[in-house]
Amino acid sequence: MSTIAVIDYGMGNLHSIAKALTLVAPEQQIWVTHDAEKIRRADRLVLPGVGAIRDCMQEIKRYEIDELCREQVQQKPLLGVCVGLQALLNWSEENDGTHCIGLIPGEVKRFVEGAGKQKLKIPHMGWNQVAQSNPNHPMWANIKNCSRFYFVHSYYAVPDDASVIAGTTEFGIEFVSALHHDNIFATQFHPEKSQKDGLQLLQNFVRWNGQCN
Amino acid sequence: MGLAKRIIPCLDVDAGRVVKGVQFVNIRDAGDPVEIARRYDEQGADELTFLDITASSDKRDTMLHVVEQVASEVFIPLSVGGGVRELQNIRDLLNAGADKVCINTAAVHRPEFVQEASLKFGAQCIVVAIDAKQTKQTPTPSWEIFTHGGRKATGIDAIDWAKRMVHLGAGEILLTSMDKDGTKSGFDILLTRAVSDAVEVPLIASGGVGTLAHLAEGIIDGHADAVLAASIFHFGEFTIPQAKEFMSTRGIEMRN
Repeated sequence: MSTIAVIDYGMGNLHSIAKALTLVAPEQQIWVTHDAEKIRRADRLVLPGVGAIRDCMQEIKRYEIDELCREQVQQKPLLGVCVGLQALLNWSEENDGTHCIGLIPGEVKRFVEGAGKQKLKIPHMGWNQVAQSNPNHPMWANIKNCSRFYFVHSYYAVPDDASVIAGTTEFGIEFVSALHHDNIFATQFHPEKSQKDGLQLLQNFVRWNGQCN
Repeated sequence: MGLAKRIIPCLDVDAGRVVKGVQFVNIRDAGDPVEIARRYDEQGADELTFLDITASSDKRDTMLHVVEQVASEVFIPLSVGGGVRELQNIRDLLNAGADKVCINTAAVHRPEFVQEASLKFGAQCIVVAIDAKQTKQTPTPSWEIFTHGGRKATGIDAIDWAKRMVHLGAGEILLTSMDKDGTKSGFDILLTRAVSDAVEVPLIASGGVGTLAHLAEGIIDGHADAVLAASIFHFGEFTIPQAKEFMSTRGIEMRN
């Protein structure tokens, strides 16, 4: 039996993502855990995250999740979600600057009110479209380009290398809403809250072997 | 291409059952929150709000089970309000699967509660619900906030209050016009616009929806980011797809 470890470092509700994974992969075992042994044994990892990045990183470090992620992404697919995506970059400007795990070179910035044509309401909250940078990526299988996903965030990733961009979204500016890098796929939106297309993405993940095509 | 405006059906829950009745076309009132949530999800609701109106405190925990059950089957955002007074209430609701909690009376009693909640759980899950009534019409209209379901005046100006709540860490404002609530005569557009324009966070307009045109007005004239309605959807007068189609024809971006 395959297993998926949803990494639980004490930040926020993992009920929905665990239930959504159970729904799309009833034959797989879902562990919600921070146990290093289980994380090592699992076939796939999900790194969620909500709230402030400094609190998240503090707990990630406390449970040595950062080291584990660095080690484990060499061997197995990892899905980062929301702050779980942001934590994969080097650094975030949130909380006066926070060092992150650094698996994907780049940083995390805040949306600026009034940067676009119209006044921006921050957090960016609701359903927005994701333009797939590489529609042939297995994680986008059976998901129409420019489908809408549910977002709720005030910060966004700015990767150094454009080749890691898997999707972009317009909100005043065009920002990176999905990333891929080796075994990693990460979404700024919440697939577990994005109804059919979100569940499809999770289903793609439970079958994904970490390859780009 | 951009962020869609949201349509949010609101369900009143008493001791684990949806009350005030919800009746879809040709389908009898179910009363079961999970079933009703599932139907709205199928129709394409963008989010669901549950309002716990349970009076007796010993039955309050049933709301947690409702949230847990709904969140196990319906994968869209869920907000829960009613009786949120302590950090523990918020933690319990989030752990049960709620994405956001609405704070109303407790914020008036102790505004710092909003700050504590926001720092602890993040602004993205803290919605401050504001019930406002117009108290002055001329020379410029003004509104005052009320608690206890609109019965208790507070003397606090609604616009100042919304700004203060956002300053303390509210990630969203749910604004209900007490004058319009239940009248089916449309949102209080002046109030909605005044508050929406005064804050930098998304605003959900509530109170008064009777027609699809009202929903569109809330967005276009009221500058709301989302519209909340109960009865027009509950009794099958209009479906969510009808509402979305109508709003799309008015040029409002919708998720289809």
